[in-house]
Amino acid sequence: MVMISDASMEVTEEKNKYSIIVPTYNERLNIALIIYLIFKHLSNVNFEVIVVDDGSPDGTQDIVEQLQQVYGEDRILLRARPKKLGLGTAYMHGLKHASGNFVVIMDADLSHHPKYLPSFIRRQMETGASIVTGTRYVKGGGVHGWNLMRKLTSRGANVLAHTLLWPGVSDLTGSFRLYRKSVLEDVISSCVSKGYVFQMEMIVRASRKGYHIEEVPITFVDRVYGSSKLGGSEIVEYLKGLVYLLVTT
Amino acid sequence: MKHIVKIMTLLVALSALWISLLQTSIIPESYTWLLPLYFIISLGCYGLLMVGVGLMRFPTCPHEAILLQQDIVEAKGFLKGKGVDIGSD
Repeated sequence: MVMISDASMEVTEEKNKYSIIVPTYNERLNIALIIYLIFKHLSNVNFEVIVVDDGSPDGTQDIVEQLQQVYGEDRILLRARPKKLGLGTAYMHGLKHASGNFVVIMDADLSHHPKYLPSFIRRQMETGASIVTGTRYVKGGGVHGWNLMRKLTSRGANVLAHTLLWPGVSDLTGSFRLYRKSVLEDVISSCVSKGYVFQMEMIVRASRKGYHIEEVPITFVDRVYGSSKLGGSEIVEYLKGLVYLLVTT
Repeated sequence: MKHIVKIMTLLVALSALWISLLQTSIIPESYTWLLPLYFIISLGCYGLLMVGVGLMRFPTCPHEAILLQQDIVEAKGFLKGKGVDIGSD
């Protein structure tokens, strides 16, 4: 893998600050690993991590407080909520406390690897894009841990979405993205869906509003533990989401 | 313009074309009546083709899982040293 030189980023990134919002629920171990990796790969970047924990019973918040002792309370912000209140509102909650001019959203379960953060930042600086989204489906990207059925549903869903929506991005349901803060605020206020349809709605609405969107390849290593949650109800939800997006965007 | 309007416009244009073909009989009528069916079937076949091709060329990254495990070991080592109580998973 190519290691990106951070030297070229030092000059301009003094003016840029990146707020990384990580929603968590029962990610006691993963949040510690993720934070270590973020600090490792963004050593020359001005950033903060905002952990939005929805009242995890496994002690996620205790771990975050310990990490604050190691890395500094100004670098790791814990902005918890009393219970599971949904992903969209988690982003909005994190946004309220974000002091950066750019916002990164990513999952806490290590399916999104922080080593791609420099490539997001670099692509944004090179192109001036408003949104940089990670895509698993192009050369240089990839997925690990999906069986044939899962890949088939993913590919089928993708073709259907592209035929209906003409979205302009290759990975619609991905949630590893860098947004200009003002753009995220604008897009998120008009989205009403839940779950991964929410991620689709965000990127489709942004595309319709004419925001400059770039893609970078990312690799996605699915959770080793737990079963793949793709039953009949998820498929129905997805189809309903597609029709909703077809008609309202 | 909303996306659905774009799609509807396209469908209306195609329908107009089809009706004009029916009226002017450039193509034999029996054939023209079947055109929409051919169109839908072609669209379906194209979709299936895209799914099949995409499935064959689906990018995978087994080496990334190994790299991730290495990163996890490195992270655990560092954090333990700093006194962060990760415990066992």
